[in-house]
Amino acid sequence: MVMNITAITTEEIWKVLGTIPDPDIPVISITELGIVRNVELLHDEHAIVTITPSYSGCPAMGVFREDIISMLQDLGIKQVDINISHSPAWSTDWLSEETRAKLTKYGIAPPENSDHLHTGLFTDTSRTITCPHCQQKDTKRVSQFGSTPCKALWYCNTCDQPFEYFKCY
Amino acid sequence: MNTQEALLNFCLRLADNNMIAAQRLAEWCSRGPILEEDLALTNISLDLFGQAENFYEYAATLQNNGKTADDLAFLRSEREYFNNLLVEQPNGDFAFSTMKQFLYAAFAKPLYEALQASKDETLKGITSKAVKEIKYHLRHSSEWLVRFGNGTEESLKRSQTALNELWRYTDDMFLMNDNDKALIEAGISIDLNTVKASFMATVNEIFKAAHLSIPETNNIITGGCNAIHSEHLGVMLCEMQYLQRAHPGAQW
Repeated sequence: MVMNITAITTEEIWKVLGTIPDPDIPVISITELGIVRNVELLHDEHAIVTITPSYSGCPAMGVFREDIISMLQDLGIKQVDINISHSPAWSTDWLSEETRAKLTKYGIAPPENSDHLHTGLFTDTSRTITCPHCQQKDTKRVSQFGSTPCKALWYCNTCDQPFEYFKCY
Repeated sequence: MNTQEALLNFCLRLADNNMIAAQRLAEWCSRGPILEEDLALTNISLDLFGQAENFYEYAATLQNNGKTADDLAFLRSEREYFNNLLVEQPNGDFAFSTMKQFLYAAFAKPLYEALQASKDETLKGITSKAVKEIKYHLRHSSEWLVRFGNGTEESLKRSQTALNELWRYTDDMFLMNDNDKALIEAGISIDLNTVKASFMATVNEIFKAAHLSIPETNNIITGGCNAIHSEHLGVMLCEMQYLQRAHPGAQW
């Protein structure tokens, strides 16, 4: 579908980008994740979208790139350039409260503040993560690494269910 | 030494270290002692591959001769690889791989932390991301070493044996050549002796908790940054590069 190209604004582009889901966590979009850093509209048919990788080895980056190009082309923008920016480095601190609530509802415990990442050689075992299923705090870490680079494996002792925790970065 | 050339060499060194460490970890895929550990080893491998790719992409840009990041990874021979000798060593048992991973992470963390202050914006950006990941890797291997040390006689014996074997390769990580001098002068990189001080503080803390002692050895082996390697790298590259060598230009 080609819309009236004279009406395209950067706000509109942001809105469209906000409909592209993260392939691993479809309830949140790439704008909510904080992947999209800047949108520049040179003229009606040429846009530059700057994105930043969430993780160095994020396998979804290729999918993001293709999705952005095809969505914007559907909007009538013929040339879409994707610019990769490494600085500032992506952080889970950029996730809004609303996004964190969506993660919990989906069954993934949202990331804590990343401050504690910067101290100590060992994991602070006094920290507990709230179970996204039953909201209790009697939980334990099973493994620091999980099904995707962003998640750790946890277990809830109250409802006896495993759950995933979105690690802070 | 021209700064641009020195930067290219330095990027390749960073990339090669990650690429070779990642490839060794990938050899653990489906062979981990437990499922969670299999996932952990391959997750760490993926992080390191990602970091390698970022450094190779930047190196390809600096080189500016039409060669891609893939060409750099898959079409250079062992005498063109600048990784440290430590990361190319075969995996051995789980204690051996964990020790190797620990020593590498204890080196990479302070290096990346220092590079976050680099005058080179791209290097600064890539390492700012990588340092967050390497912290998880360092924690993971540190926690295992402490478990081995406080586990059984056998687990302590195996981690001490690993340290005895691997310690001789650690000096190699801090060796500098003319490239480093040029980059230190330009404010792009730092004196690796400062990284070594931080590395030593980390290993001393963990070895104390893990009941490990650093072996006394005069048999120090170096050469990585000048592309002089142990016998293991060539064999490893044969396997890693097979597809691109047999089917040049093959695309995923």
